[in-house]
Amino acid sequence: MDRNLQRQVANMRKSLFDQGYLDEQFIQLEDLRDDANPNFVEEIVTLFYTDSAKLIRNIENALENNPSDFERLDDYMQQFKGRSSSIGAKKVKTECSQFREYCKAGNAEGCIRTFQQLKQELATLRRKLETYFEMARQANT
Amino acid sequence: MGSGPADAKFHVLAVDDSLIDRKLIERLLKSSSFQVTAVDSGSKALQFLGLQDDEKRDPQPTPVPPNHHQETEVNLIITDYCMPGMTGYELLRKIKESKSLNYIPVVIMSSENIPTRINRCLEEGAEEFFLKPVQMHDVNKLRPHLMRGKQSQETTKHQ
Repeated sequence: MDRNLQRQVANMRKSLFDQGYLDEQFIQLEDLRDDANPNFVEEIVTLFYTDSAKLIRNIENALENNPSDFERLDDYMQQFKGRSSSIGAKKVKTECSQFREYCKAGNAEGCIRTFQQLKQELATLRRKLETYFEMARQANT
Repeated sequence: MGSGPADAKFHVLAVDDSLIDRKLIERLLKSSSFQVTAVDSGSKALQFLGLQDDEKRDPQPTPVPPNHHQETEVNLIITDYCMPGMTGYELLRKIKESKSLNYIPVVIMSSENIPTRINRCLEEGAEEFFLKPVQMHDVNKLRPHLMRGKQSQETTKHQ
């Protein structure tokens, strides 16, 4: 049991919340862990990324081939926002909302720009969470 | 496993096309000691309940053994509102229109907070409407509905 590492893990976790990457929903996920499901949070986050890949591709294709079909874009993004919300991905969720605003306003350029930001936030969160989970694993062995 | 013994768990049928939300609702329900069956569409839910879906909008029908003899009876249905094919509202209606199943309490989940949608569902007979992401305090509200559902089912059986 490395106390130093545990402290680092706790600090990293705190900064993920303080810096707005995660919201309260992530804590809900943590509370669902038990002896039979110790890796629940990691499992659902992993599922989020694999499950979302298809949606992201759909949005990408729609933006490329049909950028003015705002109804379809909004529909995709509503689904994606729901998934982000389920894992507590706060910054990602904000980009989703912004994207939907641009859809409502019929602003294709805004959609494209926001989508790039969304993908960046997704990647950043993934990196941070992977690091966090790895550290937490090491701290517990 | 059948109904009767005091430690028989309540069985909840969860319906959601989102894999993540299915996993989440399943974990929430199981950690409250409910037995859970999770399906990804209204059609599959109806199949599981033993009701045929005449409209057959499910694009990938995979056979789900129909639950005719209620060995694993369903005590509550919790369904997402927005689903491709049959919506949660449509599923709710079919259940409430069914003589054999309308005693089962139905709860709707949605990521959108739309009062007209909520009212429509409650008027159609939904017990509760949960905003997603569903949390533990929502699941805690289910028990009274489950107990009432089981009671009306027992009454129906003995008539």
